[in-house]
Amino acid sequence: MRLLALALHRLLWFVPTLLGLLVVTFVISRVIPADPVALVAGETATPAQVEELRRQLGYDRALPVQFGEYAWRLVRGDMGTSIFTRRPIVEDLAHRLPATIELTVVAMVVSVLVGIPLGVFSALWRNSVLDHALRVVTVSGLAIASFWLGIMLQLLFAMRLGWTPLNGRLQGFPPSPITGFYLVDAALTADWRTLGAALTHLALPAATLAFPALATLVRFTRAGVLDVMQSNFVLYQRAMGLPRTLIVWKYMLRSALTSTVTQIGLLFGILLAGAVVTEAVFDWPGIGTYAVNSILRSDYNAVMGFTVWAGAVFIVVNLLVDVAQTLVDPRERPSN
Amino acid sequence: MSAAWFVVRRLTRDRSALLGLLLIAALVLAALLAPVLATHPDDVFELHPAERLRPPGGPHWLGTDRMGADVYSRLLFGARITILIGVIAVGASLLVGVPIGLVAGYHHGWLSDALMRVSDVFLAVPQVVLAIAIAQTLGPSLPNVILALSATYWPWFARVVYAETRSLQKEVFVESTAALGASPWRLTVLHVLPNIASPIIVRASIGMGFTILTAAALGFLGLGPPPPTPEWGRTIAESREFLPDAWWYAAAPGVAIFLTVMGFNLLGDGLRDVLDPRLRRGRGAR
Repeated sequence: MRLLALALHRLLWFVPTLLGLLVVTFVISRVIPADPVALVAGETATPAQVEELRRQLGYDRALPVQFGEYAWRLVRGDMGTSIFTRRPIVEDLAHRLPATIELTVVAMVVSVLVGIPLGVFSALWRNSVLDHALRVVTVSGLAIASFWLGIMLQLLFAMRLGWTPLNGRLQGFPPSPITGFYLVDAALTADWRTLGAALTHLALPAATLAFPALATLVRFTRAGVLDVMQSNFVLYQRAMGLPRTLIVWKYMLRSALTSTVTQIGLLFGILLAGAVVTEAVFDWPGIGTYAVNSILRSDYNAVMGFTVWAGAVFIVVNLLVDVAQTLVDPRERPSN
Repeated sequence: MSAAWFVVRRLTRDRSALLGLLLIAALVLAALLAPVLATHPDDVFELHPAERLRPPGGPHWLGTDRMGADVYSRLLFGARITILIGVIAVGASLLVGVPIGLVAGYHHGWLSDALMRVSDVFLAVPQVVLAIAIAQTLGPSLPNVILALSATYWPWFARVVYAETRSLQKEVFVESTAALGASPWRLTVLHVLPNIASPIIVRASIGMGFTILTAAALGFLGLGPPPPTPEWGRTIAESREFLPDAWWYAAAPGVAIFLTVMGFNLLGDGLRDVLDPRLRRGRGAR
C-alpha cells in the first residue's frame, strides 16, 4: 500500500514536469523567434498571407491564451500538420514509431547481453589485459561521435567489404504487417529470407547505437561488482565454501546490478528519444530521420512535434525507472 | 598557485589523466598556432578546383576536400571553432548554473523549489533534442549554436552546486561563519563556493567534452556555422557524398573530434581522482 502511494506520488510529479516541457517548447517556438508565424509560413509568403495565417493560427492573441490553446491541443494529441507531408504530425510519428522501437530494442539487447558479462569479467580479472582493453572501449564509447562511427562502419562493412546493406530498413517488400516490427512479423510468417535481410539491415545502425550504451554498461557493472566483492556477505559465502560461479553469477550480480539497471532504463530513454543522428546516417525510416528531414526542409511544426515527443518519452521512461527502482531496491522504500 | 601546481603534479602521475592533458594541450596549440602550423593557411576560404579530392600524400598530407582545400589545414582552423564553442558554452552555463545552484542550495523555500524544478525540466529532455529545437528556431550560425548549448547545459551545474551547497550546510564552519554574522552573500561566495570548486571543475571538464560532441552533431545536421566555416561536424556531413573513395575526408575530422572529447573526459576523470580524495579512497578499495 505504501509502495502504491509512493508510485502514485511519483506519477503526480510527472504532470508538472510534462507541463514544464510544454512551457519550454512553447517559449522556443513562440516567444524566441522574432515572428513565429513567418517561420511557419515559409519564405515565399507575402506579408498579407502572413497576417492572415496569424489570425488563423490565433497567434495574434495574448501569450497566456496562446499557451492554454497550445497545451490543450497537445493533450488531445494534436501537434499540427507537417508542411511537407501535409499530414498530421502525430500520424507521421506514429507511422514511424515501430522502426525506431525495433532499432532501439535491438541495440539495447545487444549492449546488455555483451556489456554486463564484460563488466563482470573486467571486475573479476581486475588489471588484466581484458580489463585494460575494456577500459579503452569504455573511454572511446563516450568520446566517439556516433554519426561518425556510423559513417565509418558504413565505409568498411557496406562500401568496402559489402557484407551489409548501406542503409534503409529493408529492400523490397516488408513482411505482412502484424506488429509493424519487421523482425517479429517475418518470424511470425516464417519468412526467413526477409528476417535475414532485416537483420543485416539492422546490424550497422544497431551497432552504432549500442556502442556508447555498451561503454556505459561495462563501466557501471564493473564498478558495481568491485563494490560488492568487498562486502561482508560475499566474504561469508566464500568462507562457507559456496562455489565461485554461484557466488558471482547469482548472489553478487543481483546486488551489483542495481545501478546498472537504472542505467539501462535511462539509456533506453536516451536512445529512443535521441537516436536522431544515427537514424539519419543510416536513412532508417524512424522518428529520428523524420526529425532530421524536417530540419532540412524547415518543417517547423514537425521539429517542435518531435521535441515534445522525445521529451515526453524521456520523462515517461525516467518515471518508470524511478518506480521500478523503488519496487526492486528495499533501500529506496519509505521506512516506517 | 601552489594548489594548482599540486593538482597538475598529481595529474601528471596518472597516465590517463596525463594523456588527457596532452591531448588538450595539442588542441589548444593547434588552435593558437593554426596559421603557422597549417601547410595551406589560405585554403579555409580559397578554392582550388584542380586539386579536388587528392588522397593523402605529397603537399597535402591528409588529402584535399571537395573544394580542393587542404584537409589538415582546415582541421587546424576547425580546432579554433571547437574551442570557441566549448569554452563559451561551458562558461555561460557556469555563469548561469552556479549562481542558481548556490541560491537554491542556500535558501529553503519556494524560490529554491522553483529554481530546481525549472532545471529538472531541462534535464528531463535529452540535450541534443533541446539543442536541435533551439538551434533550428534561431537559425544556423555560430552564436546560435553556442546559445543552444548553453541553454541546455546550465542545469547540470545548477544540480551539482545545489547538492553540494546543501550538504555543506551541515558543516560546522558554515554554521559558525553564519553565527559570526556573515551575510548570506558573503557566506556563499567567500566560504561555500571555494569549498565546492572541485565538483564544479570536474563537471566543467566533462561538460567540455559533452558540449563539443553535441556541437559536432548540430554541425553535422546543418545547424552549425554555415560554410565555408571549417567546423568538424559539418565537414563530415560534406564528405559523405564522396565516400568510399575520399575516406580521408570523412575520417580526419572524426578522429579530431574523438581525440578532443577523449582528452576532456580523461582529464575530468583524473581531476575527480585528484580533487576528491573521498572518491579516490573509494576507488582504491575497489
